[in-house]
Amino acid sequence: MRAVTDATIDLYAGEVHALLGENGAGKSTIVKILAGVHQPDSGEPLIDGQPVTLHSPAGARDAGIAVIYQEPTLFPDLTVAENIFMGRQPLLAGRRIDRRRMHADSAALFARLGVKLDPGRISRGLSIADQQIVEIAKALSLDTRVIVMDEPTAALSATEVARLFDVVRTLRSGGAAVLFISHRLEEVFEICQRVTVMRDGRHVLTSELAGLTADDLVRAMVGRQMVERGAGERGTAGELVLRVEHLTREGVFTDISLDVRAGEIVALAGLVGSGRSEVARAVFGIDRYDAGRVVMRGRELRRASPTGAMAAGIGFVPEDRRQQGLVMDMSVQQNVALASLGRLRKAGLVRSAAERAFAADWAVRLNLKYGRLVDPVSRLSGGNQQKVVLAKWLGRQPALLIVDEPTRGIDIATKAEVHRLLVQLARDGVAILMISSELPEVLHIGDRILVMREGRLTAEFGHSDASEEKIMAAATGQLQEAS
Amino acid sequence: MEPDPNTRAAPGPATQSPAAPATGPAGLLATAARGSVRWETGLGLLVVAIIIFGAVSSPQFLTSGNFFNTGVTSGEIAIMALPMTLIIISGEIDLSVASILGMSSALLGVLWSHHWPMLAIFVVVALLGIVAGLINGLLVTRVGLPSLAVTIGTLALYRGVALILLGANTVSNFPATYTNIGVLPLPHTQIPWNIAIFVVLAVIFGIVLHATATGRSLYAMGASPQAALFAGIRVKRVKTMLYVVSGLVCAMCGVLWTFRLATAVQNNGLGLELDVVAIVLLGGVSIFGGKGSLAGVVLAVIAFAGLQNALLLTNFNQEATGIVIGGLLLVSVFAPNAGRLWRLGPPRWARGRGGPASHSDPGSRSGPAAPSGQHSPAVGSGT
Amino acid sequence: MTTTVTERREPAGAPPGSGSRRLTERVFRVRESGIIAVLLVFVAVTTSIQPSFLNQQNLQFLLINTTVYALLALGETMVVVSRNVDLSIGSILGLSAYVSASMFGHHPGIPIPLVFLIGLGIGLACGMANGVTVAVGRVPSLVVTLATLYIIRGIDILIVGGNEVTAQTLPNSFTNIPRATVAGIPYLAIAIAVVIGIGAYYLRAFRSGRELYAIGSNPEAARLAAIPVGKRIFTAFTVSGAIAGVAGVLWAAQYQTIDSTAGTGYELTVISAVVVGGVAIFGGSGSAVGAAVGALLLSSINSALNVLGFPQLWLEAISGFLLLLAITLDRIISVRLTTALRRRSPGVGT
Repeated sequence: MRAVTDATIDLYAGEVHALLGENGAGKSTIVKILAGVHQPDSGEPLIDGQPVTLHSPAGARDAGIAVIYQEPTLFPDLTVAENIFMGRQPLLAGRRIDRRRMHADSAALFARLGVKLDPGRISRGLSIADQQIVEIAKALSLDTRVIVMDEPTAALSATEVARLFDVVRTLRSGGAAVLFISHRLEEVFEICQRVTVMRDGRHVLTSELAGLTADDLVRAMVGRQMVERGAGERGTAGELVLRVEHLTREGVFTDISLDVRAGEIVALAGLVGSGRSEVARAVFGIDRYDAGRVVMRGRELRRASPTGAMAAGIGFVPEDRRQQGLVMDMSVQQNVALASLGRLRKAGLVRSAAERAFAADWAVRLNLKYGRLVDPVSRLSGGNQQKVVLAKWLGRQPALLIVDEPTRGIDIATKAEVHRLLVQLARDGVAILMISSELPEVLHIGDRILVMREGRLTAEFGHSDASEEKIMAAATGQLQEAS
Repeated sequence: MEPDPNTRAAPGPATQSPAAPATGPAGLLATAARGSVRWETGLGLLVVAIIIFGAVSSPQFLTSGNFFNTGVTSGEIAIMALPMTLIIISGEIDLSVASILGMSSALLGVLWSHHWPMLAIFVVVALLGIVAGLINGLLVTRVGLPSLAVTIGTLALYRGVALILLGANTVSNFPATYTNIGVLPLPHTQIPWNIAIFVVLAVIFGIVLHATATGRSLYAMGASPQAALFAGIRVKRVKTMLYVVSGLVCAMCGVLWTFRLATAVQNNGLGLELDVVAIVLLGGVSIFGGKGSLAGVVLAVIAFAGLQNALLLTNFNQEATGIVIGGLLLVSVFAPNAGRLWRLGPPRWARGRGGPASHSDPGSRSGPAAPSGQHSPAVGSGT
Repeated sequence: MTTTVTERREPAGAPPGSGSRRLTERVFRVRESGIIAVLLVFVAVTTSIQPSFLNQQNLQFLLINTTVYALLALGETMVVVSRNVDLSIGSILGLSAYVSASMFGHHPGIPIPLVFLIGLGIGLACGMANGVTVAVGRVPSLVVTLATLYIIRGIDILIVGGNEVTAQTLPNSFTNIPRATVAGIPYLAIAIAVVIGIGAYYLRAFRSGRELYAIGSNPEAARLAAIPVGKRIFTAFTVSGAIAGVAGVLWAAQYQTIDSTAGTGYELTVISAVVVGGVAIFGGSGSAVGAAVGALLLSSINSALNVLGFPQLWLEAISGFLLLLAITLDRIISVRLTTALRRRSPGVGT
């Protein structure tokens, strides 16, 4: 099966070119080819009209291509300057490293980019946004002609995105060609001039962005009209399931109080870094908190005890699927069963037949696409992996399901499935607390919308009186009224 | 308008199971079924080869007397390999095992020379093992230190305690009822006591590892500690328990060793830890954690003991069996799993909690609190 | 070795983030100089109790004892910094010690430099074997060097048979090497100090040295950054082996009786010294100087116990405790540092 067939993209100097496509459309394969990690079977990249073979990351670097990944790979124990110049440090006589020049050169790069970072500091502890800037500085120092950015904004706050876009504009004016890969259409419209859409390994559309609408792009990506369905009528919320009272953790979140009832979906919106995931993790017991209490169905929960939270009926789908939601080496079946081993026991022993049946049952219910149940879960697509995580928790029949960024990094079709699933769960009486940074998602399925900013709740909206503008205003502090 | 492609997204009664292919070994081994079955088969063949080699090179090899002797001399290493297996699968390591053995032996000697009743001594020695394991466990789980470094430290510390307890003395006046462990087999059989203990423990550990929820959780912890935590597994508690069990088992081995040799001396068991680790690795347990089986370790124990014994009987320089062990170790890592293992990076117990386990600092994903006063809109969408 | 991490308000107009740089530099310099400070304090205290601790004879003895360990610590540092471990150094030392010293018996009149070369060659060969296996085979170094620990020790036992090399077979010119002094300080100690200095400087000031740190800090990133990871790791193990080979010859000159147990158990002691000296067990940071000071500290404790009349058998327990203390403090410092750094990296605009 081919990952990519006959893909042609032309990148011009001084232009930001978007590359769109669902998961599995072939974008990452293109990135890997450009990065020198994979070799194409036929055809080759041309730079300035000359063919180049990219045998390795070194080859790609020499050809003038730099790739900025979503999660930058820096050396945490080394300084920023060393990170930029590793392997190419300026030298003094006798091939000794010239640290002063390395430092000065790094500072000059940052000045060129218009950012302020200290080249002499250790890179451990840098935010992801800063790490990306370091990577970009590295690319700049290599006289890169082509910069590929693979989902660079996924983990950035709005301010950091703005800064990144300024940097990208600087790169443009410097004559670099930027290939910008993203799931976020609004960003594409903001920063890119042209776009290529891929589907099923082929490119289906290449054009100037001017004159296109989001719908056009989505249609090209998916191949059919995607209608945003209404979530259906909302039932009345049932009894109180979760009550959080004055939850506080020094420096992270303050005085958080909220309720979630059976049958309702409470969405927790806000900027990245506002403390939402921390609140969720504190409720579930992964993180600690300093004051306040968490009450599930009338019983107060012990702090910092995921076991207690699970026993009380909470399920938690974490933000980071690969590191936190799944054991990537284990099979689909084992992952689905991982949180329910206690229930699959007979006389203290777990039988794998029981595991298999359990997993198979949930695979059907969630329409999971997989090879075999015993395949490692790493082989599944992002969307199906998320379904495995959901199956793991749904198998426990939780009274409260906390989902943190439920559709991050998932293709559009599965995204819709997940939304439908959540709505159906609510109809069935499950209380759902959903953290999301995607406003359409929040508005689409949230019954009540809470907004956090810098660790505090700043607003609450019902489904009918919420709007994107209002939520954003509350998230960024422009709204005067409190919740 | 296309129909909703997904009428079964909502939870409801399952209509049918998708065809699940029948695979051989059940449960946990199924995932790495090919890898580990191949390894254990290879080990099994190796054991057979060793037995044949031994039988061919010496007429004494297959006698029950020889079996007894072999069992006696390798019993403690075999027993210590059992908790070590679980510890390595869970992603950690314990290099202090031989020192705990030595420390218990020394304590046994000291207390006995002060005329304590033997039963009281047993209790105290067991407590010592538990405390030693607890120290290991707490340093690794609560303080968050890499277990390689911690157990190198406790290796020295506990050996030092053994030295302090016993000094240069030896204690050898143990009553025959106890020292007969090394001389007489179980009644009516030719099975030495420590092999009997090994078998019982192997069955228990095997059941725990392969058929209980705790055992499953060990594999999860070893393969992905964060995910295990988020699945509600009490990683810290389980790991601490593993170290405590290891400490207790090693303390018991210290007692066995002392009675077998009928002597308590501070260097009892010196250097054994690497042998124990070697056996576990030979058994197909991955040094990175998350993979391996107890059956493999049992086979490795048999191979190791059989080999040492066969070479001894043929007057081959017994110490040089190290060469064979070393060679087998190398084979064990060049086996099919090797290529896949490297991509995962170094073992967790060498990385430490604060170490760079992945590219980015995971904590910075949620980001620092957004700086005040400088917000611009676009919460990921919209305007 | 305690250190306090204090927050600083940055004065207006200070270079961006320089507070965090000063903070990290201060902490890391503290770690390196911390171990030196501990050593000095320890020596001072011991001398005040028992002035003979610092007398000529004792000092010579101490320095000689340290040289082998310090030398091994240099090689081990190179390996550990790259996130590997070399467990075979004890076996290499033993093999080299026996083979090189037995040359005097088999070939009387053999020039001493040649004997050193033989030891070096043995170490080099073993180190290269390690290096090739780890680098090319891409297999975990703990397992590989555990295997070679066994294999090399086995070869050693086979070669030694039941024999041993005794002092009578060794020429005085050889056994005097550890004792020759200049101005009261053994030549050897000075030579080793110079070698360690060179090694530490290499790790700090040369590209290939820095690349070892990079590999230890983030192996994936190192590959993506087109660092020749295999080549560097191969070199680190080769150097470690070669150093162990030379250390073996020195060991023979020092102890003069060599059987098949020479060097047993040294690897774990050296790793302890290296970690106490500030090298992170998972690589990426630390210095050879710190590691050597760690070895010196452990030797000093040994010597102090001797001089102060404590039973020698406390040494093991103390050194184990010291290692645990060192890594615990390192962890606490590192956690505080990371939190402090994160608070200083708001990510935008400052």
